Amino acid sequence: MNISLSITKNIHEWLFSIMPEGIASITEMVLIAVVYLAIFAVAGLYLVLLERKVAAWFQLRIGPNRVGWWGLLQTMADALKLVSKELTGTERADKFLYNLAPYFVIVSSLMALAVFPFSQEFHAFDINIGVLFLMAISSIGVIGILLGGWSSNNKFALIGAMRSGVQTISYELSVGLSLLTMVLVTGSLQLSEIIEVQKNGWLIVQGHIPAVIAFMIYMIAGTAETNRAPFDLVEAESELGAGFHTEYSGMKFAYFFLAEFINMFIIAAIAATIFFGGWLSPFGITESIPLLGVVWFLGKTLVIVFLMMWFRWTFPRLRIDQLLTLEWKYLLPLNLLNLILMALVVWLNLTIQF
Amino acid sequence: MEKIIFYILAFIIIAFAIASVSSKKMLRSVIYLLFVLIGISGIYFLIDYNFLAAIQLTVYAGGIIVLIIFSVMLVHHVEMELELAKVSKRIIVGIASLLGLALFLVTIYSHEFNVVENSITTTTEDIGLGLLNYEAGGFILPFEVISLLLLASMIGAIIIAKGTKLTSKKNDTV
Repeated sequence: MNISLSITKNIHEWLFSIMPEGIASITEMVLIAVVYLAIFAVAGLYLVLLERKVAAWFQLRIGPNRVGWWGLLQTMADALKLVSKELTGTERADKFLYNLAPYFVIVSSLMALAVFPFSQEFHAFDINIGVLFLMAISSIGVIGILLGGWSSNNKFALIGAMRSGVQTISYELSVGLSLLTMVLVTGSLQLSEIIEVQKNGWLIVQGHIPAVIAFMIYMIAGTAETNRAPFDLVEAESELGAGFHTEYSGMKFAYFFLAEFINMFIIAAIAATIFFGGWLSPFGITESIPLLGVVWFLGKTLVIVFLMMWFRWTFPRLRIDQLLTLEWKYLLPLNLLNLILMALVVWLNLTIQF
Repeated sequence: MEKIIFYILAFIIIAFAIASVSSKKMLRSVIYLLFVLIGISGIYFLIDYNFLAAIQLTVYAGGIIVLIIFSVMLVHHVEMELELAKVSKRIIVGIASLLGLALFLVTIYSHEFNVVENSITTTTEDIGLGLLNYEAGGFILPFEVISLLLLASMIGAIIIAKGTKLTSKKNDTV
């Protein structure tokens, strides 16, 4: 196994200087895992706050403003409340699967975070199949939703889970194909190499027309894959109560909720990495300060997250048949044509490079 | 370290495989099967077959298991339990499984495995070039045959899904 752990070499060398090799590498892995978990639990909570603030802004309200300055501690307080709540469940549910389901969802979304290059140094797991790994991991999360819906022994939860399964399986195809379109330009699945290629211009510029089409398809399919409005049939309040997590309470509900927001961050982060150059600054203006990479990466990601929130408060919800028609009759054929167009562009050397 | 991880994975695979066939609840055994498949992909990761591991996760864990869960969800209720088979059937199945196990063990222990000294990570590029290679050692023929098979099964699926409509149209013309 060659896991390249390239987060801050100093800590790495210090650890290896005071401990034998095997223990040091295990300690390092555990440290990295703890750091990632801590950062993203808190980041997920702040995404929830951001969502509420954006929603309030769109509806001309103020939003949460009591807890902490400008409501900044609101979601932390909510999380503490959720931790202290009683875990209830339905009487004749399949307890084992019912308790297992939230972990599927949260673990699969946290695993995907490991492969993102936040900056040149801050990159936990640079696997040589990065993009494929992301797609593989994201296909497992849906199992948690299906299990949660089925084992709750509740009709609404079951219908919500079925809808979610159908939706995720169909839109996964579009996400994968639009990313594959971009892989044609980079010629590599490794995320660090994809960023290396973009030093000659971000991929959305390099691939011009097919890249823009791929980005639009990716954003539509990505929003659908995270089960967010306008594709939130899974938890359509007016029809299904809360959808697949109707019967969950306390921390288990919080896992589903947090996973949704982390998934949104992941979709935005993939878009930022593949289409907009990841941690690269525009025209290399801050290339001399590598630390600023994190800022650029998070900035790009948050802009895309804002775009997804914008979708949510702008478009009405689709019907299930409209949802499936959109994917199978429009997005998928368009995507396949786009793939051929991109292959032609790359073959004839029509990419724009600076 | 790799040895420890291997034994942990092997233990997970064997334990969940047994749980999968002995569980009385249908969806639970599907989930145990899922753990077996994830364990196998873990072993692929361990031997640095990253591509195969990711494909194992996407196709088996993400695709086939989701399909099985779907079909179980459609026909099965939470409170239902599977019935135990008759004693005579259980004995026959037990003997058949033991024979299979014996065959595997004999094959594994009689074959001499070569230990690869320096493991090289297989990249996706190598796999792609190997698949489209039509010289000796290339896989272009199986690749094309499989793609033909997939196309045929896709057309078959469409025919089955649209079956009633097609036949009713025929009846109209006749």
